[in-house]
Amino acid sequence: MTNNIYQFFFIYLYSIITLFLLAVIGDFVSISIFLSKNIFIYKNIFLYCFLYAVCFFAIRIIITTQVSNIFIFIISLTLSYFFLINKEINAYQILIIISVFIAFNLLLQKYFTAKNFSNFLFEVSFLKFLKTNSLIFFSFIIIFPFYLMFVSSLKSQMVLLQNPTDLSIPFFYSISDFFSSYIAVITQYNFLNFALNSTIVSFVTVFVSLFFSIPGAYAVARLRFTGRSKISSSILIIYMVPAIVLVIPLYVIFSQLGFRNSLFSLMIVYPATTIPVALYMLQGYFKGIPYELEESALIDGCSRIGVILRITLPLSVPAILSVSLYVFMIAWNEFLFAFMFFR
Amino acid sequence: MFNLNKEAKLAYTMLIPTISIVFLIILFPIFGNFWLSFKEVKLGDLRAPQPIIKEKLKTKDIEPGDDILIEYRFKNSSQKKPIFNIEITDKISKFISPVEIAEGCSVNNNLLSCYFEEWKPKYNEKIIFKFKANDNFEIDNFNPKESKPRGVADADNILTNLKFSLKNFQKILQKNETIENIKVTFLYSFFATIGALLLGISAALLLEKNFLGKGFFRGLFLFPFVSPVIAVAFTWVYILDPFKGFLNNYLLNNEFISEPIFFLGLKKVDFLGFDFPFTLFIVILFESWRYFPLAFLFILARLQAIPKDLYEASDIDGATRIQQFFYITLPQLLGVISLLFILRFIWNFNKFEDIFLLTGGNAGTRTLTVQVYDEAFALSNMGTASSVAVLIFILLAIFVFIHQKIAPKDIEE
Repeated sequence: MTNNIYQFFFIYLYSIITLFLLAVIGDFVSISIFLSKNIFIYKNIFLYCFLYAVCFFAIRIIITTQVSNIFIFIISLTLSYFFLINKEINAYQILIIISVFIAFNLLLQKYFTAKNFSNFLFEVSFLKFLKTNSLIFFSFIIIFPFYLMFVSSLKSQMVLLQNPTDLSIPFFYSISDFFSSYIAVITQYNFLNFALNSTIVSFVTVFVSLFFSIPGAYAVARLRFTGRSKISSSILIIYMVPAIVLVIPLYVIFSQLGFRNSLFSLMIVYPATTIPVALYMLQGYFKGIPYELEESALIDGCSRIGVILRITLPLSVPAILSVSLYVFMIAWNEFLFAFMFFR
Repeated sequence: MFNLNKEAKLAYTMLIPTISIVFLIILFPIFGNFWLSFKEVKLGDLRAPQPIIKEKLKTKDIEPGDDILIEYRFKNSSQKKPIFNIEITDKISKFISPVEIAEGCSVNNNLLSCYFEEWKPKYNEKIIFKFKANDNFEIDNFNPKESKPRGVADADNILTNLKFSLKNFQKILQKNETIENIKVTFLYSFFATIGALLLGISAALLLEKNFLGKGFFRGLFLFPFVSPVIAVAFTWVYILDPFKGFLNNYLLNNEFISEPIFFLGLKKVDFLGFDFPFTLFIVILFESWRYFPLAFLFILARLQAIPKDLYEASDIDGATRIQQFFYITLPQLLGVISLLFILRFIWNFNKFEDIFLLTGGNAGTRTLTVQVYDEAFALSNMGTASSVAVLIFILLAIFVFIHQKIAPKDIEE
């Protein structure tokens, strides 16, 4: 009996959460992208989910064999019919609900056909459905803002104000309307100039910070000198210094020196903030390169600089690439210094 | 085998540029911050007082032998401070020679140079210099403004003098706002960290096992972290906007609410009898959303390093999945979670952009970093701003100390 209660609870819960998510996401995906229509969550959704769950439970209790997909199909259709009459639900959603129920039924069949629906099986199936739902949930919370950003960029201010919940992609626009915001940004708001500035600053940051951090990282990773452990442990502390503590004095100093309003000021500050990270990442990679290679080169008469240029650097191209990508990302996304220095 | 001294020397030469640039841009400004926090510097004081000189030709239709009047206007740029030892140089045309010039001025080799001892604040005077056109005067080649007049002067620079006071700290600590801000900062850092960690752990558990499309999801989950803060914050502000935002309109259309909610402008909401800081909660949600990918990456890496034998053994012993999570996975992850907690806490403590872009520090979300900005640019007081920054720095030093105590081993991994 307890197992049946579990089952009931389980199916109920799974139906509710799945349907709730599906109502939202199904709408977004199927309707809103293609049809310009307001999205609508039905207030009674929990009631409907409950009805579904009760029906499944009833079938399980009465027939006590595995639920066949035909049953599911019939139940879904009948239930959906009532919802359709009340105009609470539309054909797209019925399709989605039915297909998802069949998919979940197939997935659960394995566990339910076992004669004894044990705690273990319950837990496994429970976690399985939790996993699926969480994946949907995570994808949704990540994609939604970006999708909204994208869709809004294709519409005019008027359309957005008239109907803020419209998430459809305006396929019916002509090409020039479709990209009108992008064209306006480029032609009227000097976007290319700003993009060029960002690009210049980011690339300079990457090159300068690599230029300084590669020898530094090699020294920390390979060479023996007093104070080595102190340097390698203090690298990350510098990464924890808040930017806001630096920005006020740098603002003052740069104002006095008179290059606060130039890209040059950013080209000094960004590398200084990224060098510690780049150095830390690179020295970790350098340590992983077999020292024997370098030793044999040294014995053959290669100088240290030669070793770095001929052996270490070619071997660590992937690390250097990923570090430059990371540094580029930091410089490209940086807001505080640029905001303060160019006010 | 190798000469140790030579090696150390090489190491130092390789490290010196790196260390010096870090010193110059990181450590020197920290020192500068402490320096500024003991000085009453206003935003306007950053421009040192200067002499301003302008010249103007007063005479028209000049012929050889005529008198030429040139008006010089001398001005002290500062309204409050005097300037001393003003030296002015100006190149004058070779076709004219001086007749009557102001006291303290002399002309030598077509070079007018003046010296004044002191100009008082708001000093602003027009002096007319009388010149005479020489016999070889050519009107076509005559240019009275041969060069821009230059002035150099000494002024008391508040930034470099040695007057210190504790007034900034006094001002800051007397404000009720500061204590409130410290509280908000701690709440924000703590709960945003917890939120990011919880989301990160669940995401890592989700994507640990192999399944179709795992690579796609792993890439997707990094999106909030790698996209620029300004774009993401703007999108959130747009979604949460009370009038044209998506969320409010959505809720209104469905009659879940009867009037729009000000998601980013509600300081307190009565929730079961106590004041719930609503906007702070929204900001914490944003922060958790934005930074869970970092926790996700770290924890995923650690998850994949847990030996599979542990799970097999516990399977044989009859442990359920939930038991496995609490008795195997979680203890194994504890090290990386505590490291992440302190790191994220410190970074959240330092965060400025996210809150500034979402709420501008309004509606009970003013953290210490936003206060620094407001003191410096809204109240134009650099001194108090840097004293708040010093406060942040001291609190942070304590956290970093804790971090060093907790996690030196984990970092070396």
